Amino acid sequence: MLRIARATYDAIVAHAREDHPDEACGVVAGPEGTNRPERVVPMLNAARSPTFYEFDTADLLRLYRDLDDRDEWAVVVYHSHTATEAYPSRTDIGYASGPAADPRTHYVLVSTRHHGPRTGLADDEVEFRSYRIVDGEVSEEEVEIVETHLFGHSPTTVVYD
Amino acid sequence: MAIEVRIPTILRTHTGGNKTVEGSGDTLAALIDDLDSKHSGLKNRLVTEEGKLHRFVNVYVNDEDVRFTGALDTQVKDGDSVTILPAVAGGC
Repeated sequence: MLRIARATYDAIVAHAREDHPDEACGVVAGPEGTNRPERVVPMLNAARSPTFYEFDTADLLRLYRDLDDRDEWAVVVYHSHTATEAYPSRTDIGYASGPAADPRTHYVLVSTRHHGPRTGLADDEVEFRSYRIVDGEVSEEEVEIVETHLFGHSPTTVVYD
Repeated sequence: MAIEVRIPTILRTHTGGNKTVEGSGDTLAALIDDLDSKHSGLKNRLVTEEGKLHRFVNVYVNDEDVRFTGALDTQVKDGDSVTILPAVAGGC
């Protein structure tokens, strides 16, 4: 399961809307070894394409050095699909199954396909889904959005009726 | 002096959990052979059966992506810093 703060969720969706019709991409960093996505780092899509995304090679190096300095890792790698559903493509699965890709990563896919020519309007619907991808196998996981003022509290102290 | 190599999280299973290891060699290929002799299995994760650098892996010598400097033939020397990272890309 991916447990993510409302503000983090909103930041990812806002980035996807802003870059539509090109694919948006980035990571959410958290303390290394944890499952806590805490710091959104929007990345430039070096491909600037509606059908492909990639982190620029120099940006990638800078990002990982920065994560390393902060004792963080990429808890989430996110990107958007702008004309198709929020499900990993064959290319997505290939990269996520690469020999240096960590299978503990949560892959978030956002689809902005149901947007009109203008995005960011009230009521437009964005799909937000999360997956684990291990050796070419995709499994979808539940996404729990935690209202930001409650984030960090133990879930056992919060009762939703 | 040696060459310092930064290892991505998932490949630290080969290095006893260490973030960085040291190795030697005149080229990236020789360095990877040296690392593999101490951290068995590392080479298989980085180099394909055809003897090329895996396309989903990025390797940097200092700040340079080795794709632009001769891939496995890239020259390395003592004091260099090598970083191995997963390439991050995809598409619909």
